[in-house]
Amino acid sequence: MIKRFLGIIPVVFGVVSLTFLLIHAVPGDPVEVMLGESASNADRMELRAGLGLDKPIYAQFGIYLSKLVQGDFGISIHSRKPIVDMLLERLPATFKLAAFALLFAIFIGLPLGIIAAINAKKWPDTIANLLSLTISAMPHFWMGPMLMMVFALWLGILPVSGMENATSIILPALTLGFGLAAILTRMTRASMLEVLHEDYIRTAYAKGLPQRTVILRHALRAALLPVITVLGLQLGSLLAGAVITETVFSWNGIGRLLVESIEKRDYLVTQACVLVVALVYVIVNFVTDVIYTQIDPRVRFLK
Amino acid sequence: MSFKNWPVWILVLWTVGVILASFVDFNTNQIHLDLILAKPCFQYILGLDDLGRDILPRLISGAKVSFLVIFLVTAVTASVGIILGLISGYYGGWVDRTLMQITDVFLAFPGILLAIAFAAVLGAGLTNLILALCITSWVGYARLTRGQVLSLRQRQHVIAAQSIGASTTRILLKHILPLIAAPLLVEATYSMASLVIAEASLSFLGLGIQAPNASWGGMLRDGVRYMLIAPHYVLAVGLSLMSLVLAVNVLGDQLRDQLDVRG
Repeated sequence: MIKRFLGIIPVVFGVVSLTFLLIHAVPGDPVEVMLGESASNADRMELRAGLGLDKPIYAQFGIYLSKLVQGDFGISIHSRKPIVDMLLERLPATFKLAAFALLFAIFIGLPLGIIAAINAKKWPDTIANLLSLTISAMPHFWMGPMLMMVFALWLGILPVSGMENATSIILPALTLGFGLAAILTRMTRASMLEVLHEDYIRTAYAKGLPQRTVILRHALRAALLPVITVLGLQLGSLLAGAVITETVFSWNGIGRLLVESIEKRDYLVTQACVLVVALVYVIVNFVTDVIYTQIDPRVRFLK
Repeated sequence: MSFKNWPVWILVLWTVGVILASFVDFNTNQIHLDLILAKPCFQYILGLDDLGRDILPRLISGAKVSFLVIFLVTAVTASVGIILGLISGYYGGWVDRTLMQITDVFLAFPGILLAIAFAAVLGAGLTNLILALCITSWVGYARLTRGQVLSLRQRQHVIAAQSIGASTTRILLKHILPLIAAPLLVEATYSMASLVIAEASLSFLGLGIQAPNASWGGMLRDGVRYMLIAPHYVLAVGLSLMSLVLAVNVLGDQLRDQLDVRG
């Protein structure tokens, strides 16, 4: 586990370097682009000094790193607030949204995948397959408005957008979760199908266990392992999808902060958002890896 | 012509539209002020948009942009990714470790996050959109190629070629690349489907194609704004996008099964 942890350090270093270079991908002078023409000379000098743009690039990177380690992401040009406060303010909303989307995906995807596997090549399987294919072809910025149109505007049972009501989270969570549910259905089905061919499943049936017990206690436990790995990797797609979903539903999470910062050319905030999302993703994958080795006896005993 | 070939027919339909749009000027920006957000009718099959422009030719024009982006980005990223993957897998050692470390870093940015970031700082426009997608989509090809080369490197026909003094370039291009063409083709198909979505996402966020030029993402954003009074607009764009993505994805599945590539 410690070895694995050491393994993510170069990745984190690379992620930090790449996000650092982001500001330097701005064509022309980043200070001019960010502040616009109306800015005062004092403001320009301040930002230039803050970024260390008068120094060579390795020195700038040094400044960037040492500030990051202290949790200092700089000051937002637009709101004049420390960026770290803005991030901390927005992160819980995104986590909440992602958690609900994940729960929803599991509640839909797992049962659907199991049903599809048990009835492989019959009509429930065909329907599940068609559903997951169609949903995979619906990007968030199309799924979101469609759900909004049906449930908020026509039926009027859920809020259109915002986050004032307790029910506000339902539509964005559905939007974000549907895609994952589709992937989960396909993964569970494939994984279950493989397990169902195993000898011990035949044995379980042979000794007269009811199908329920065989599926839920014998097959599912083994089939879930590869699904968990995929789930960990797919959590990243939830974070990326949150950018669009939060924008569609005016959900005040980090994804919307990212889009707002782009519109205001507040690139230091953009940079910080990208960095934080990537770091969260790296950590989630690390945790999934650890969980996987903990619950799979085969991997555990191999060590 | 059987029902099973429907993805191909959808693709053919869009391709014909795109080719037509390249030769015939559809007047995509012609405005009919008296027909703003008018519902579909005989003359305007898909209706008109918020500025009174005919939706169908704008959709086809948007498809043209999508196709252009997809083919350019795929050509560049597939070439770069495959070459890096070949080198990495064949030589191994520090070259391999460095390259894989770099791909790990790129993979640490989920989905289109990095493309959004680059498109944002580079500024809007077609060139920067293509650039941003190129920066982020070569990784899949590199990883896949590298993995395949690793498993082929010790095959007898490769060792035989080495022993009679074939050059590395020859071995990679003539003895290894043809064997991994099938999985690469499948990967390219899936990657094209996600590029359609990625391009539309960036345009939806205002980072891609700029008005008045038509793009599916931009049209969707406008359509959403008026979806209560003119649902035909958002439906037309969304269903077009869906038809293309679905067709490419199903084509990928069919290719995978036919070429016997293990997912």
